[in-house]
Amino acid sequence: MTGKAVPVPTPETQPFWDSCAAGELRIQRCTDCGRPYFYPRPVCPSCGSRAVEWFTASGRATLYSYVISHRPAPGFDNDLPYAIAVVELAEGPRMMTNIVGVPNTPEDLVLDMALRVTFEQRGEVSLPVFEPAGDDR
Amino acid sequence: MTGVIIAGAAETDRVGKLPGHSTLALHLEAALNALADAGLAPGDIDGIATVSAPGPVQVAHALGIVPRWLDGTGVGGTSFLLHVRHAAAAIAAGQATTILITHGESGRSRIGAARMSPGPSSMPGQFEAPYGVSGAPTAFTIPALRYMKEYGLTHEQLAYVAVAQRKWAARNPRAMYRDPITIADVLASRLVAYPFHLLECCLVTDGGGALIVTSADRAGGFPRPPVHLLGAGESCESPLISQMEDFTESGAFRRAGQAALGEARISTADVDHLMIYDAFAHLPIYGLEALGFVRKGEAGPFIADGNTEPGGRLPLNTNGGGLSYTHTGMYGMFAIQEAVRQVRGEAAAQAGEVAISVVLGVGGMFATSGALVLGRVPR
Repeated sequence: MTGKAVPVPTPETQPFWDSCAAGELRIQRCTDCGRPYFYPRPVCPSCGSRAVEWFTASGRATLYSYVISHRPAPGFDNDLPYAIAVVELAEGPRMMTNIVGVPNTPEDLVLDMALRVTFEQRGEVSLPVFEPAGDDR
Repeated sequence: MTGVIIAGAAETDRVGKLPGHSTLALHLEAALNALADAGLAPGDIDGIATVSAPGPVQVAHALGIVPRWLDGTGVGGTSFLLHVRHAAAAIAAGQATTILITHGESGRSRIGAARMSPGPSSMPGQFEAPYGVSGAPTAFTIPALRYMKEYGLTHEQLAYVAVAQRKWAARNPRAMYRDPITIADVLASRLVAYPFHLLECCLVTDGGGALIVTSADRAGGFPRPPVHLLGAGESCESPLISQMEDFTESGAFRRAGQAALGEARISTADVDHLMIYDAFAHLPIYGLEALGFVRKGEAGPFIADGNTEPGGRLPLNTNGGGLSYTHTGMYGMFAIQEAVRQVRGEAAAQAGEVAISVVLGVGGMFATSGALVLGRVPR
């Protein structure tokens, strides 16, 4: 049986995965134009600068869009149906994720709902996923 | 005005389930059919273009063609639209005179087919695959819910895209699905990736198609009526669906489409017939808005009001589209083929007199786009 896909870091993405292992969501921003961005890469997509730095994001996000998959990827058979979501981080960039701690139904997954990051072990890697932020924001 | 014509165009003998054909065999059958359509032999071809698997070298070698111009652009299902544009530039530059563009894909039977999953170190492999993406149906579809919230597109309007296209497919004997369907049928088909039901997702088939592009100076010198390339465009956006700039519109569609319309010096009012690559039901909606046929948020009601179906004022996806006709995985070639047939006046579901047809293609998941404006006469 094939398990769930496990990301294999590259030198450019290693700091991201290291931060996840430490329970933090670290992303990059440009020190020339100030724009934060995701996915990790060594050049600012807004201005082309190589002067980029890592910073710890708040981990807060909102639900931007999603589907609820009835078609399992390898290893996901027992999770059906499950949401594949895109969240918008409080800092602006968006990322794909799964939503945990709430039934993955259209009724429970309301666009723009407040979320916060949490982490799930996947092989050697700690994978960022998101859960409802509740009332403690 | 690009100075080139499509002098030959043909699909494989059949499309659908073809377990006796490998991907390469589909390329070759389509190529020979297109050559016959143009009254040419392989030795007349001096340029070749196709996607990276099996690639232009393999196709040329198998046909005994020794090209002096090659294009292996492989940017997903829209690649063939880009090949046409690149061919026009090559012919204008004198790099080739007669270019063969081929597509073949054993998408359903997977005979001699390329693997598709991303490597675990690629950006999709690191930042999307771990979340359970299982091919295009569970990723290409993700933007739609945002669009529905922002613009009030209803589940019924999304379903109606499939209903409208089935009406065209019913008139096309080669279409895989021809029986009429209703909104209720679509919404009762099984959920693939909410909000998308099975009938809102494209088919997976085997098939191929090929084109012969040459100088417009030779128009009239071939058995079939020439189809002039009046304009073309190409663009791209993000390799990751999650990084698409705005989930309610395709920048790649807009840029490629506007470039093509601009080069052809036409407006949407000049367009008699339209093909928009419909891997999923939301794509015609995004395409109509990106090309400017309707304003943002209006495409769902526009289709639901019958404007794009038989008898409507803007015939769209008249072969039945990827939803009902055929979809090998890289459907762009079939969208071009139908536009050529419509301009020639020989389509199964001919949409009246078609002087100008526009083809809008997508590659990857809103990752790339190509657009062509085809016409019966140069302008």
